[in-house]
Amino acid sequence: MKFNKKRASALTALVASAALALSACGGSSDSGNGGGSGSDGKAVSVTFLPKNLGNPYFDTSDKGGKAAVEEFGGKFTEVGPQEASPDAQVPFINTAAQQGVGALVVSANDPKAIGDALNEARDAGTKVVTFDSDTDPQYRDLFINQASAEGIAKVQVKMIAEQIGDKGEIAILSAAANATNQNTWIDLMKKELAASHPDIKLVDTVYGNDDDQTSFDKTSALLQKYPNLKGIVSPTTVGIAAAARYVSDSDFKGKVKVTGLGTPNQMRDYVENGTVDAFALWNPEDLGFLAAYAAKALVDGDITGKEGDKFTAGKLGDYTVGKDGVVLLGDPFEFTKDNIGDFDF
Amino acid sequence: MTITTDRATEAVRTYASYAKPLWQRVILTREFAVIALLVAVFVYSTNEVQAFSGPLTIYYLLLDVVPILLIALPMTMIIITGEIDLSVASVVGLSAVLVGDLHQNGWSIPAAAVAAIVVGIVCGAFNGFLIAYVGLPSLAVTIGTLALYRGLAVGILGTTAVTDFPEKWTDLAKDKIGDSSYPVVIIPFIVLAIIFVILLHFTAFGRGVFDIGLNDEAAHFSGVNVARTKLILFVLAGAVSAFAGVYYALRFGSVRGDTATGMELKVIAAVLLGGVSIFGGRGALHGVIAGVLLIGVLSSALRLETVTDNVINIIIGSLLVISVMSTSFLSVVTRATTGIKKRGSKSPDERQQLASAHTEGKNE
Repeated sequence: MKFNKKRASALTALVASAALALSACGGSSDSGNGGGSGSDGKAVSVTFLPKNLGNPYFDTSDKGGKAAVEEFGGKFTEVGPQEASPDAQVPFINTAAQQGVGALVVSANDPKAIGDALNEARDAGTKVVTFDSDTDPQYRDLFINQASAEGIAKVQVKMIAEQIGDKGEIAILSAAANATNQNTWIDLMKKELAASHPDIKLVDTVYGNDDDQTSFDKTSALLQKYPNLKGIVSPTTVGIAAAARYVSDSDFKGKVKVTGLGTPNQMRDYVENGTVDAFALWNPEDLGFLAAYAAKALVDGDITGKEGDKFTAGKLGDYTVGKDGVVLLGDPFEFTKDNIGDFDF
Repeated sequence: MTITTDRATEAVRTYASYAKPLWQRVILTREFAVIALLVAVFVYSTNEVQAFSGPLTIYYLLLDVVPILLIALPMTMIIITGEIDLSVASVVGLSAVLVGDLHQNGWSIPAAAVAAIVVGIVCGAFNGFLIAYVGLPSLAVTIGTLALYRGLAVGILGTTAVTDFPEKWTDLAKDKIGDSSYPVVIIPFIVLAIIFVILLHFTAFGRGVFDIGLNDEAAHFSGVNVARTKLILFVLAGAVSAFAGVYYALRFGSVRGDTATGMELKVIAAVLLGGVSIFGGRGALHGVIAGVLLIGVLSSALRLETVTDNVINIIIGSLLVISVMSTSFLSVVTRATTGIKKRGSKSPDERQQLASAHTEGKNE
């Protein structure tokens, strides 16, 4: 008899909890979409979803996005995971779909993994703009590309030419020998040098493997091997910092110019002590700004994301959508002693 | 042997545990407090949080919490025996990585999934063997295997990710049941939940699980095979975690060595929130399921209010601390009130009084 009682109580508990759980869940599914849409009225709601929060690079780009959204009177939100992993981004994309935000601006942690979630959001009426790091084209409306390979190659050649007086020997300190991006840029730089800077001679290309110590040692070896070297171009953030560190502590400081692609926080000391005159990268703030305006243009229906669409992005001017829904931010941004204080990433 | 077990349980369950009427015993419990809180949060969110009442909410919410729901089932039983399994998230990761890696090497998804679940069973059996038969503490063993299984997962894939899963299977992982907003994956969960509820609450094996948690020596002498019970529980945890790993891989369509890192703490937090005692001996699955859903509903509602991840963690962490504190507080209160009641009634001797108060505190 006791046994029966025990069963009865446990069973009651189970049935009651199941009933509660199911009724609670059921209640929502038929209550429909009441007040679900966040994009009613005129204000465009834009949600920024960077790779992760607490990353200075994305803090800067989100700052630009916020400025743009406030400029056109929309509603800006920034959400994101702690860790830069695709599965952590998915719940935030889902949330945006539920909220029915006007547009979602994402830096993708994986080109494919978040694709289905993005498409679900688009089915729910949200426009998807990727920036900084793209997904496969079928998962988004637009990609805001920070820089083109041609632009990156050109600005590096321009900087080194200016710094060494358009004449003399230079070397390249790259990442790994099989790094796709770097190799594309180096090829384009060689073409550019041959075409417009005949007096500059590229004597060697060495590979620091994006490792600080290796890059440092390779810089040292370059300077010993080529006593007449006037400049080092490093199209990788690890390389340029290591080269600048070596040169700034050696007798070559002031005689050999270092330039390439770097981030302001890494390069600040070397710019301020005169080792580096200028280096380039895109401006993440402008990137966020442009992405926000592109999102607005999509939400307003001014553009659909097809090739040839044109829109205006506030102070940045006019932009045209290129092939595969890509919008190019423009030429890379040059950081010098005069402007480096404005950046923190 | 079975007869002795029944006698033993009967003896424990009489008097103090059955002192109150049935409805009080069912309603006035930690489990129902959690369920009530879940309903309250749900109703509040439906009315107050914009977009929460939309049909997508339940769908995404369930997709998100299913791995935790699944693993919470065996974890509840393990914690009731007074043990713990910290390696579950690493088994999820290892299983997800195996599915990805084997699929990349030409295996079909079902074959890879079966292989991954077999590996999960082996992982669980290894934990269980060391804990039940070698007699090592589960905390130490599973901290070790947490690192070991995670290391294997990272070792297999290195820094690469597998994202190339066939759409047929990733769609299935996200499919809805008919036109409802319930994902298909809740079906295996409901099946497993029924099995685990029967196993824990309606079988001699389940009574053994509670007895081990209350006093494993007493359980041993009342005929419970303590070592075998523990081994079975860890094997179940391994198998269910591996199944969750397969789902995880297909739901996100992406697998990396660090997939599901830290999930063990989410599972344990939900289990404790659901009213299971970390010291063992008390707990019930309906409370745990409500605990997992409560965390899921809270995170979902807070995300819709655009609260960021770390703030959500702070809120859920505080909730857990309060709920654990409330148990101690409640048991002190119960002990005090029953003590007074007993003193008023006909003089039972003091030891008996203390003993019954103690059981009451543990069971109610």
